[in-house]
Amino acid sequence: MKLTKEQLEKLADISRFSLAEEEKELFLEQINQMIQLAEKLQEVNTEGVQPTIMGMPIANRMREDKRRPSVAREKVLACASDHKDGMFRVPAIFEE
Amino acid sequence: MSLLQLPLREIHKRMTDGSLSALDLTKASLARIEEVDSKVRAFITVDGERALKEAKALDDQLAGKTESYGPLAGLPVGIKDNISTESVRTTAGSKHLSNYTPIYDATVVKRLRDAQTISVGKLNMDELAMGSSSETSFFHPTYNPWDLSRVPGGSSGGSAAAVAAGEVYFSLGTDTGGSIRQPAAFCGVVGLKPTYGRVSRYGLIAFASSLDQIGPLTKNVEDAAYVLQAIAGYDPMDSTSSEKKVPDYLAALSKDIKGIRIAIPKEMMGEGIQSGVRKRVEEAINVLEGLGAICEEVTLPHLEYAVATYYVISSAEASSNLARLDGIRYGMRVDGKDLIDMYKRTRGEGIGKEVKRRTLFGTLALSSDFYDKFYRKAQQVRTLIRQDYEKLFQQYDVIVGPTSPVTAFRIGERIEDPLTMYLNDICTVPVNLAGLPAISVPCGLADGLPVGLQIIGRAFDEATVLQVAHAYELQAKSLPQPSLEVREDEV
Repeated sequence: MKLTKEQLEKLADISRFSLAEEEKELFLEQINQMIQLAEKLQEVNTEGVQPTIMGMPIANRMREDKRRPSVAREKVLACASDHKDGMFRVPAIFEE
Repeated sequence: MSLLQLPLREIHKRMTDGSLSALDLTKASLARIEEVDSKVRAFITVDGERALKEAKALDDQLAGKTESYGPLAGLPVGIKDNISTESVRTTAGSKHLSNYTPIYDATVVKRLRDAQTISVGKLNMDELAMGSSSETSFFHPTYNPWDLSRVPGGSSGGSAAAVAAGEVYFSLGTDTGGSIRQPAAFCGVVGLKPTYGRVSRYGLIAFASSLDQIGPLTKNVEDAAYVLQAIAGYDPMDSTSSEKKVPDYLAALSKDIKGIRIAIPKEMMGEGIQSGVRKRVEEAINVLEGLGAICEEVTLPHLEYAVATYYVISSAEASSNLARLDGIRYGMRVDGKDLIDMYKRTRGEGIGKEVKRRTLFGTLALSSDFYDKFYRKAQQVRTLIRQDYEKLFQQYDVIVGPTSPVTAFRIGERIEDPLTMYLNDICTVPVNLAGLPAISVPCGLADGLPVGLQIIGRAFDEATVLQVAHAYELQAKSLPQPSLEVREDEV
């Protein structure tokens, strides 16, 4: 398969990247090379092979649902570029 | 000779008898950084004032208490800049995080502090650990101490170069597809990637969570064993960290390797391996045989698919992981006309090309049309690669080959050609896919540049990996000091 410019723009849209025109051209070529590399996997017979998802087989770990200290809210908010009244502030989500 | 060139035991002896202090060592490190880092550019952030204060406090705390000095006491260390350090800027080499200061320490940082080491600063890296040359850092490249016109490898290029140039005693790096071992090989130092789950990832700025591991870069194998001893072990803050007991790694070093069975995969010694690299690795294998190891040629049938498998899985995991870089809770923000526009501008401006390209490709591999064809398929091939190793480890104790098929390449030589750069990861990425431990040990020079010997072990058997590496190192000719100059081409 070969990625088209429209498909690349859609990928950029869902990955939330604004791309410059020169980036689009560069990525189109380079991502098509990566696709070609990935196509090589089709040569391998994987019928009946279980996928490996984790780095090591580790089962879910449970812990008691107990309260414990967390970091201070002011410290967390201090990392944000915009906050107000103890909350992160973002551009309006709903239209007026 | 700089204090930082002294062997670990000598430093420990002098610290304990009071003739050397953490302050002396920290000053020596900062002086060396002052002297050479304008050439090497290993650091993104040097925090001298804090380091001196901490060193002084440590000296006061330990004064007169001979039995309280740990084996690493007083050593100045550097931390890769994707490992969180409380109130010290942590950028992961990204513009997006160029003003980000964590509010907590990574578990490894805490453990190194408990081990009485002093962090002098944060080390340069490829942006968000994506790259093999440290050239994708937003800040600046790092220059290989053996030839300043060449890359130090990556993504932990700053970590390797700082140790090679004697700026710190040891450093921490991270390895998702070879990012500790390959720069260690390029810079002529030791780099150890532990088994997945051996060292806590809490506080690591994640790239591909099923592959990432933190590990040490050191001047020799014994130091690597000491550092691993200090940082390994279960951490309730990382649900993938293992509860397996941490063995005594130092004890393993004293054992000889008579009768140890070593597999040499022919795929790691064939086409695509630079002849100088192959020669040094063959000589190293002869040394191991001379020590009584039994070396046999074997095959890893799915190795040729490892790079494709790795780039599908790591990019897919990255595309999911890096969605968090949205400019809301931390990191830079670029205003937009609405929320979505703000996300796109923030990410468009704050994130570099390498990371964007991999995220886009990862998003493609996870999209419903391509999920089965790329992502699921890669996970299945990952199983086959893991099984190849499992089969070998029924008969052999370790697997040996080169760390990288090439020596350090020139800055700018490959940055426009990502595919060639990716294909060079062939010797290291399969180890991460299988979650195994592996070390890179210097095994001589090829055309004046260091070559790395890679030793891969069974899961959680770092002890045998260190044992074989140490036995080899004792026999091998040690490397000269790097020149810290631009090397003229030989005619």
